[in-house]
Amino acid sequence: MHSATAEAITSAVAAERTGMVASLIRLTGDWDLAEDCVQDAVERALVHWPHDGMPRSPEAWLTTVARNRALDLLRRRQTERAKLQQRAIMDATASGAALETDPQSDDRLRLIFTCCHPALALEGRVALTLKTVAGLSTAEIARAFLVSEPTMSQRLLRTKRKISNAAIPYRVPPDELLAERTSGVLVVLYLIFNEGYGQHEDHLAVEALQLARLLVDLMPGEDEARGLLALVTFQMSRRSTRFDAHGDLVPMEEQDRSGWDAALMEEGHRHLRRAARSGRPPGPYRLQAQIAACHATAATAEATAWGTIVALFDALLAAQPSPVIALNRAIAVGFRDGYEAGLAELDALDATALAGYYLLPSARADFLRRLGRNDEAHHAYLAALHLAPAGQPEQRLLQRRLTDL
Amino acid sequence: MKYMMFVVVDPDAAAEAEPSEDDLTIAQWLADVDGQGKRITGDALRPVSDATTVRVSRGQVIVTDGPFTESKEWIAGFDILECDNLDEAIAIAARHPQANGGKLELRPFWTDED
Repeated sequence: MHSATAEAITSAVAAERTGMVASLIRLTGDWDLAEDCVQDAVERALVHWPHDGMPRSPEAWLTTVARNRALDLLRRRQTERAKLQQRAIMDATASGAALETDPQSDDRLRLIFTCCHPALALEGRVALTLKTVAGLSTAEIARAFLVSEPTMSQRLLRTKRKISNAAIPYRVPPDELLAERTSGVLVVLYLIFNEGYGQHEDHLAVEALQLARLLVDLMPGEDEARGLLALVTFQMSRRSTRFDAHGDLVPMEEQDRSGWDAALMEEGHRHLRRAARSGRPPGPYRLQAQIAACHATAATAEATAWGTIVALFDALLAAQPSPVIALNRAIAVGFRDGYEAGLAELDALDATALAGYYLLPSARADFLRRLGRNDEAHHAYLAALHLAPAGQPEQRLLQRRLTDL
Repeated sequence: MKYMMFVVVDPDAAAEAEPSEDDLTIAQWLADVDGQGKRITGDALRPVSDATTVRVSRGQVIVTDGPFTESKEWIAGFDILECDNLDEAIAIAARHPQANGGKLELRPFWTDED
């Protein structure tokens, strides 16, 4: 035993929690039992460790307490299933097989793939990943998605029930399914990131960053997982400059670049370099991360390598055709070739596919303002304001631009 | 785990279906699934024009012509699968000839293990 600061305890507990929940789920197939028993062990650690000191192996201590708690609860149930569950826990304890080095047998990876199974509703996948992998409370997830706690609790319950009732396997998918299921996991992580990143209070973006780091640790050979992690680190590196003191959005060209987090940017570059060594052509997440890297490396907004960015958008469009990507490409062309050229690119877009999307009139308004065509810009800003999400930072930025004309 | 697999005809999806050389015929699919021992039983059903819906209201048996639901989609057949898990059932459903141009719904049976 050695002395334990609150910080050391919190980080030791956080490091072990997901793996412990994941392994108890594998042993018992009971998600609620696993979460409750691990939570119980964590609470006991927080009570005992500050006095007694931290055990030599926090993992072993927490695992023993959580498993004993599970055995206690299962003994009281007295069903055949509960007997099998007890046997599984006792066998695992006897064989001491807690630490395995093969990533395919890492319970955390099993947990992630099961939470993100395509047979679950997308909102359920997101909620369950945040609950069991990231360890957020139901109340925290409910707040993040602006629903009541009972609603979120129901959503989690339905999701866990379907896993059990429909026999969704608790495993890392076999080779023939691995590629599509991995991209399904990335979709969930990216969705969590975007949910948080649009907000001044970006807890979910921080969780997404941790989840992406975990996935890359568990699947070091997955280029697209690294691409997603790089994308998230580049975007998070700008988080302290994205909002001003009033909580209003600051456009990238007006951000103080000295405030960008150099360590996060370096982490992003490192993952892009590592992914490039695979020799495989970049997928959509790597391409987006490369675009983000162009912004990160530009010393000033004027020095941005717009030519490279347009080329990356071309590759991204080829890999993943989407009207929103085409719109972003058109904006990049405007900065490369001049605002008139940008307006022409915007006019050439599929307006039907982008109908109702505020970024099209807002991009047009932006180019018109830069060209000094204030009357036209005024109308475009009004159109964008009308479509922008009400009360959100984007809408306030448009309002400010309109006032400044 | 037992799954009921409903074989669903969807006129909209059928119009957009693109036949592929990988598509199995129903005979090939049956041989494949039966060969794996994953299919307990199954059959094709006559169209909804031959369906009869029955319910009881205030002690009266009410019989109506047609299916229980008005929908463009209709159930054209079923198979009862015995699989280790949902992924296995999904793989079997995905090879069914109706997967391209129609759809399959997988419903787990109630189990009484809890």
